[in-house]
Amino acid sequence: MIDIFINITLLAFLAITAVAMVRMSNLFAIIMLFGIFSFLSAGLFVVMDAADVAFTEAAVGAGISTVLMLATLALTKDHKEKKPLGHRPWLPLAVVIITGAALVYGTIDIPAFGDAKAPPQLHVAPYYIEKSMPETGVPNMVTAVLASYRGFDTLGETAVIFTAGVAVLLLIGGRRSKQSDKKQDEGKDDEA
Amino acid sequence: MKHNLILRVASKFLIPLIILFGLYVQFHGDYGPGGGFQAGVIFSSAIILYALVFGLDVAEKIIPANVLRTLAGLGVVIYASVGVAALFLGGNYLEYGVLGSTQVAGQHLGILLVELGVGITVASVMLIIFFAFAGRGRS
Repeated sequence: MIDIFINITLLAFLAITAVAMVRMSNLFAIIMLFGIFSFLSAGLFVVMDAADVAFTEAAVGAGISTVLMLATLALTKDHKEKKPLGHRPWLPLAVVIITGAALVYGTIDIPAFGDAKAPPQLHVAPYYIEKSMPETGVPNMVTAVLASYRGFDTLGETAVIFTAGVAVLLLIGGRRSKQSDKKQDEGKDDEA
Repeated sequence: MKHNLILRVASKFLIPLIILFGLYVQFHGDYGPGGGFQAGVIFSSAIILYALVFGLDVAEKIIPANVLRTLAGLGVVIYASVGVAALFLGGNYLEYGVLGSTQVAGQHLGILLVELGVGITVASVMLIIFFAFAGRGRS
């Protein structure tokens, strides 16, 4: 019972935050609301007993990505979003309503939350639940699945993060040495 | 923010706690929620807090950019070399069971090393990205 109350409260706050973000034009406030949105999602994950996911959402969504967006905002000159050019809202509205209706229609077939007979629970989950402790000796099943059973997957994810770092370095990283590149810098500023 | 006394004192008090919590999440991931990914992010957030309060240049002196780049690669290398080590010990790639004397001991060692690799890469990549974005405004 208390779960339902908390869920409804959190979801209501999520909706309010989303609407507030759409209606605002101050980018700084929008970024802060993004962080709040992530934090509320983390709260929802906690209610659903997904502590690891909540942890990641709170650390990455509410923490790092907010800081990175603020750092990006500090680079932009105009902190106000430009008013969109005048266009008719009817076509986007229709697209959104149809897509939303299709998604809501799709949820009708989704099994109830925590349903033991749901297809995802019948595939490999029983194996992990029964065997992960004797096979790996790791009490946290999420870690066992992530690092051991799906080691290849996690290796790929780590490589993706590494690639992201390399891409950022190639695009905007690498502070140039001060002497030799000053002229180039000035030239670039002119172009920009 | 360099002259804000309250922020400086409070962050000096908080940063060691954040780092300690990051290490806890890293090495306690087998038993509680958490793991390399979250630990890396938490660890990097401590350095980012330091950079925000005390200035980017001071923070870059603690962890120079070339060290960060090396660490970012090192994490992936640790992860991949655990797999190679398993190959040499007669198992499949990333089969941790052969790393220790028993299946469970091997799994423990393998998961610990792999999570360490993930943590190192995530922490350093997050810092690389932050320094790249935050350092761009400087002349």
